[in-house]
Amino acid sequence: MTKSMKFSAKFGKFMFYFGNIVIGIIFVSPLIWMVSASLKPEAKIFANMDSLMTFLPTQASLANYAEVFSRLNMPLVFKNTLLYIGLILVLDLLVNSMCGYALAKFEFKGKGAILNLVIALMVLPMEAIMLPLYIEMSQLGWVNTMAALVIPFVAKCFSIYMFRQFFCDIPDDLIEAAAIDGSSPAGTFFKIVMPISKTVYATVFILDFVAHWNDFMWPFLVMTGEDKRTIQLAVQSFFGTQPVHYSAIMAALVVSAIPMIIMFIFMQKYYVEGIASSGIKG
Amino acid sequence: MANTKKLSGRKRDERITAYAFVAPAVILLIAFLVVPMIYTVYFSGFKYQIMRPDAMKFIGLENYQKLFSDKNFWIALKNTVYFTVLVVPFQCALALGLALLVSKKFRGVSIFRTMYFSPQLTSMVVISVLWTVLYNANPNTGLINSILTSLGMDPIKFLSDADTAMNSIIFMSAWQGAGYQMMIFLAGLQGIPKDQYEAASVDGANKFKQFLYITIPGLKGTIKYVIMITMIQAMKLFTQPYIMTQGGPKNSTKTLVYYIYTQGFQKGNFGYACSIAAVFFVIVVTMSMAMKKVTAATD
Repeated sequence: MTKSMKFSAKFGKFMFYFGNIVIGIIFVSPLIWMVSASLKPEAKIFANMDSLMTFLPTQASLANYAEVFSRLNMPLVFKNTLLYIGLILVLDLLVNSMCGYALAKFEFKGKGAILNLVIALMVLPMEAIMLPLYIEMSQLGWVNTMAALVIPFVAKCFSIYMFRQFFCDIPDDLIEAAAIDGSSPAGTFFKIVMPISKTVYATVFILDFVAHWNDFMWPFLVMTGEDKRTIQLAVQSFFGTQPVHYSAIMAALVVSAIPMIIMFIFMQKYYVEGIASSGIKG
Repeated sequence: MANTKKLSGRKRDERITAYAFVAPAVILLIAFLVVPMIYTVYFSGFKYQIMRPDAMKFIGLENYQKLFSDKNFWIALKNTVYFTVLVVPFQCALALGLALLVSKKFRGVSIFRTMYFSPQLTSMVVISVLWTVLYNANPNTGLINSILTSLGMDPIKFLSDADTAMNSIIFMSAWQGAGYQMMIFLAGLQGIPKDQYEAASVDGANKFKQFLYITIPGLKGTIKYVIMITMIQAMKLFTQPYIMTQGGPKNSTKTLVYYIYTQGFQKGNFGYACSIAAVFFVIVVTMSMAMKKVTAATD
């Protein structure tokens, strides 16, 4: 390799990093501004918009966060949100994995029909059924209760499908061996299959956690009571509530993102795998 | 003999277990997906005001007749299609570009991947609120306009002008969503054998030719899948216009789902709203079936 080639390779590498850093910073700059504004006093946010100083948290304090917590009942909002998502997820993982397992490993009449139903319903948009679903909720007396947020969303076609794909790959020999040892079909599932399938449970868990954490439209329709608000509703209503303090609004946005960031840090591998595998199998 | 009896006993056990395993999911799917879907179609045949459920009256296809001559429906449909047609190519191209930037292993690659993915860690509500502030038409309070004016450009009215409001929402939505599709593309890129690139570069093909003749064909299936999910997602646009523009200015950001919401929940015209929902359903399902056909035909 000649000197000039070495130089051009190094220069190319430098440009590649440089380009990535510039694009990356531009890409996340709205989020940097959000965090920075959430730490500044209201008067300072718009003070030096024309310089890069606007991205730096000058006179940083947590006063805006204190304002968010005093004006919004954050502990209650978090409790509402985490409770409903927690309930959905526990039931989701149980109900859908059982269904997926039956579709993968059992022979029974109607299996093909159920599988077709699951695949067909995958494309059904929630927005097309929300009107009658709302009527259903109000007739059941579930409006403004946890049940309206949880029960309609336990069974998920996509989760069933993911579980089925995973369980199909489990060797029949393993299940046979358990049966010969005297394990019942249900016992085999709960005691042998479930413990070796942690990856698929983790993947479905994180995908559905994210989906529900971001839920806006349905909670907005069925949870009208102020004390019933979920996190996205609280953020949305805070945006329109007087007095409008942009610094406090930014703080509320940051607070609402924190659980997602924590989840991402711990579950990143499964989350990314879940997104990626949906593309390969789909 | 005893052995076969035991076997058939196990088969029966298995069948009972199977029904017990599928029952909860199937019952819930029917109760909260299939039944409401049937009722969407059923209610669309009625004059049904939510305030006066006792005055419900069967009117056949009248709601649909009304719908097709309703100016606001066509505006909503046009806006939804406009959003979809622009956001899909823009967001997918952005996602592919980002994926190519971070597809190779280099020091710090995971930091860059996380950076491009990070808008996904905030919800659409958060992003909509944030960008409403960033898009402010006043250069003294809107970050983007303050950057534009310091670069010597005229401020843009972004959300308060009917000509730019939807484009502003498109730009923001693509920025927020691209990280997700980037992850799918990254997995697709991993599936292209490295020796194809090596062989091509021995043959003297430059980076652009390699991209055109190796990367794109290698990603064909992934690209189709990404386009399909982005398209279906785009058709459901609601949160962004609800928070940022309330459908305005001059109805320029009113979408189909927004119109379902307005008619059904704000005005209480339940039967009419159901007919919009039914049309919306047909459009989305037709689109995804067409995409599946195209995918199957060319694979």
